[in-house]
Amino acid sequence: MNALIWLPFLPLLGSLVPLFAARFSRTTCAFMTAILPAITLLLVLSHAGEIFNGSLFQASIPWIPSMGLELAFRLDGLALLFSILILGIGLLVILYARYYLSATDSIGKFYAYLILFMFAMLGVVLSDNLIQIWFFWELTSISSFLLISFWGHKTEARKGARMALTVTGAGGLALLAGLLILGDTVGSYSLQIVLYSGDLIKSSASYPVIVVLILLGAFTKSAQFPFHFWLPNAMAAPTPVSAYLHSATMVKAGIFLMARFYPALANTDLWFLIVSLTGLATFLVGAYIALFQHDLKGLLANSTISHLGLITLLLGMGTDLAAVAAIFHIINHAIFKASLFMAAGIIDHESGSRDMRQLNGLWKYMPYTATLAMVASASMAGVPLLNGFLSKEMFFTETLHQASLGSLSWFIPVLATLGGVLAVAYSTRFIHDVFFNGEPINLPKTPHEPPRYMRVPVEILVALCLIVGIFPSMVVGDLLFAAASATLNGLVPVYSLAIWHGFTFPLLMSVIALIGGLLVYKNRSHLFKFQSQFPASDPKLVFEGIVQSITAKANRFISLTENGSLQRYIFFTLVLAVIMTASSLMKLNTTAGQRAEIPLDALSITCAVLLCLAALATVVCHRSRMMALITLSVVGLIVSLAFAKFSAPDLALTQLSVEVVTIILLILALFFLPQKTPKESSPRRVVRDLGLASFAGGIVGTICYALMTRPLDTISTFFTANSKTGGGGTNIVNVILVDFRGFDTLGEITVLGIAALGIYKLIARMRLYMPSTDDHGRPWSKDKHPILLSVISQSLLPLALLVSAYIFLRGHNMPGGGFIAGLITSVAIIQQYVAHGVEWIKTRIKLDYQVMIGMGIGISTLSGLGSWAFGQPFLKTWFDYFYLPVIGKFELASAMIFDLGVFLTVVGATMLILANLGQLTTSERLTQQEQE
Amino acid sequence: MEGMYAFCVGLLTACGIFLILRGRSFSVVVGLTLLSYAVNLFLFASGRLKLNAAAVLGESEQYSDPLPQALVLTAIVIGFAMTAFAVILAMRARADLGSDHVDGALAPPSRDAAPKNGGSR
Repeated sequence: MNALIWLPFLPLLGSLVPLFAARFSRTTCAFMTAILPAITLLLVLSHAGEIFNGSLFQASIPWIPSMGLELAFRLDGLALLFSILILGIGLLVILYARYYLSATDSIGKFYAYLILFMFAMLGVVLSDNLIQIWFFWELTSISSFLLISFWGHKTEARKGARMALTVTGAGGLALLAGLLILGDTVGSYSLQIVLYSGDLIKSSASYPVIVVLILLGAFTKSAQFPFHFWLPNAMAAPTPVSAYLHSATMVKAGIFLMARFYPALANTDLWFLIVSLTGLATFLVGAYIALFQHDLKGLLANSTISHLGLITLLLGMGTDLAAVAAIFHIINHAIFKASLFMAAGIIDHESGSRDMRQLNGLWKYMPYTATLAMVASASMAGVPLLNGFLSKEMFFTETLHQASLGSLSWFIPVLATLGGVLAVAYSTRFIHDVFFNGEPINLPKTPHEPPRYMRVPVEILVALCLIVGIFPSMVVGDLLFAAASATLNGLVPVYSLAIWHGFTFPLLMSVIALIGGLLVYKNRSHLFKFQSQFPASDPKLVFEGIVQSITAKANRFISLTENGSLQRYIFFTLVLAVIMTASSLMKLNTTAGQRAEIPLDALSITCAVLLCLAALATVVCHRSRMMALITLSVVGLIVSLAFAKFSAPDLALTQLSVEVVTIILLILALFFLPQKTPKESSPRRVVRDLGLASFAGGIVGTICYALMTRPLDTISTFFTANSKTGGGGTNIVNVILVDFRGFDTLGEITVLGIAALGIYKLIARMRLYMPSTDDHGRPWSKDKHPILLSVISQSLLPLALLVSAYIFLRGHNMPGGGFIAGLITSVAIIQQYVAHGVEWIKTRIKLDYQVMIGMGIGISTLSGLGSWAFGQPFLKTWFDYFYLPVIGKFELASAMIFDLGVFLTVVGATMLILANLGQLTTSERLTQQEQE
Repeated sequence: MEGMYAFCVGLLTACGIFLILRGRSFSVVVGLTLLSYAVNLFLFASGRLKLNAAAVLGESEQYSDPLPQALVLTAIVIGFAMTAFAVILAMRARADLGSDHVDGALAPPSRDAAPKNGGSR
């Protein structure tokens, strides 16, 4: 582990600093914010010497090594170059923003976003892992969204930010896909490995897909034609943001990506065709549009697009020298464009306008700023002795050596010169229109020079323009060589950074560009007139229109599938389930298995026929609800008989008692619901549902049959073997419930308790009124509870409770147990409710069912916890045998305490539900007639 | 026997699903109950059908599989809780929305029909 890991994370920490520092003065805040990035810059520079000597620094922390996921960073020449740009220009922007932002802007928030963005950018350039690059890539999109929309009260800021996020975010998704395929092709997500697998990647079948997807990511980020439209709209951001994001960092991320993957992906015809043509188109389109902008920042934004196109074109040319030129232009463009944006910001700040039709003759008001802007602008135009000239000459030289378009290759230098002409023209416009050309028109403020320190960043950058322009190899030679070496995997060609190469063809092209540009600017009025014939189209409106039409289509699709109808959702879900099970069932060769079947007997057949008839009757009479309930109860009874028949007495007992409780519950509910279901389903729907239901039933039946006729390989032999010795009971089912899988049971009674409490709350505020008549308009009988029933059920109660106690006690060894005993008790109590009515019971049985549920769950949990006291695992059973006279030998087991908890919960839950529902029918409630 | 059993399970499933697809909450609850019978029988059958083989030690020579039985036992009880919750929810929906349609979106019943059916506020 070395300091490298800290490089990106220092700024991340630093993004918190301004939030705390915002309470101090703005200068203090700016100063404190700058500390951590400055330390990071020093750290980066401390590695520079060794990198110039050809070293490569790497550091990684494994995360999920088996999936190739790690936190990995690398610092090579390319990363070094970009880190210096990001951190260096970032520091200047911090200083600049201190003076640019007004007192009403939240400077802490601004700095926090800015440093967050810095962190993201550093992450992109330092990452040594494909996925990680993408992660930081998306982080730059998000943090730039925050920065662009910093003045969120302005519509154009919000729209511009949204557009930038949409375009770069969509590109980011393409990039992710590309990187995943790339990693899959190479077999590793480590950048180090990918960079040296160029031949493998280029020969693989998925190469075209990878290139297109990754380039989509790069082009959207670097505002290449036809995705360039977002960049001018992002100019709604505060100018420091533009100076940072749109000169040196954000838009350069795409360029960086192409340079980073240059060894792995470049030098094929496909790469050449896509990258160079896109670059060329962007170069020309950007330059042309820039000329016609009236907004200062608009001009700079479009010139940025044009220069990005130039760099892209260079990266697409396929020669090593072109790649070197591209890297060199990255440096130069960052320097002069950042200073130009800052100058534009100063002009805006001190004159109140960015419109070049208003801004004229500022030379008189701010000569110092004007000089700086003019030098930077000249560099942008490619005037000799400035850095822009050098890389532009290299660019011209490379265009001359192109043969890739065959006999049409001469197009490239000609079009490059044309782009140069336009660049000179718009640079001249920036100088002449703003600082000369008459007097200012209707400016909101009288322009004046900016505060002293606001000029400092511009001065530094402009000085760099000059120094690099005059002593190129001395100042940036090493850096350029190291970055080019990283881009080309160490095979750097011989190049010369001299200012004067003699009277060469590229020099001629530069001269043509300079003279041509001045001529174009001189005759600009004709061009403007020509341009004004085109209908003005605002990319914002077009974009917004597209977004809205997509949203509308998506809405239409959603309303088609998701119309709020639960009935429809269930249908879709079931269809999906049927399709998925059916498709896998088809892989099963035969339905019947090897296992011998039990022979049929008359009783079983009778019961089965009864079951089928009752089930069908339930469906047929489902609109007459009472009838459906009666047939439903027949089904339930036969199911419990089936359990009894097939050796599951516990299940039979449970099913029987649950059946009683369920039917009583449904009858009670039916009292408050309509007695009949109206006929609503169209015949088509009935047929459709019948079809689906039969299909699903057929599938379930098939699975059931296939399952039963195949031999069983069960894990239950363990339970059978250990039931008596380990759990102390002979009823294996009960021992599983209270011992082996006691934790499950604990969970289940908890769910039961929660359901009951939920129901209690639902009932508590139910605003349903008692119906006074039945379905046919006959008033409900107001008779007292029949005396015969009252007497008999009252005398039955002790008997029922005794049975329940017996079932409970024997549960561990014979069919029975807490669940069943609880249900029997509930049925016994419910019978009292039915026979006597709620009021009668209320005064006699004073049980708080909620407390009962709580006690039940509590007792079960405690009995489980109790085993901890003896150093045993949770819910471990203890049991022993005792002897008492009269009774004889009997067993005591801690599982019985657990079972008692189950018993109490079941009784509590059942009674809480039924007693509360029943209470709704008491005479204390208003009937509907009384209400009216 | 297995074939007949499977047929019954399939039929119960079909009946349950058909009722679940109906529009009124009460039919859905009845359908759910039918479906839970089918599911319980299905799960139980995964331990295979055996006659006279209760899973009580010492009662028979071979034992039926106790594990599915234990699972189904709790499933029956939980199934009751679920049915209860669904039906109370249906009542509450009728009280609050004035309709017992599962989509809750139908116009409330007219004033003339209301006293006949019990009804809402």
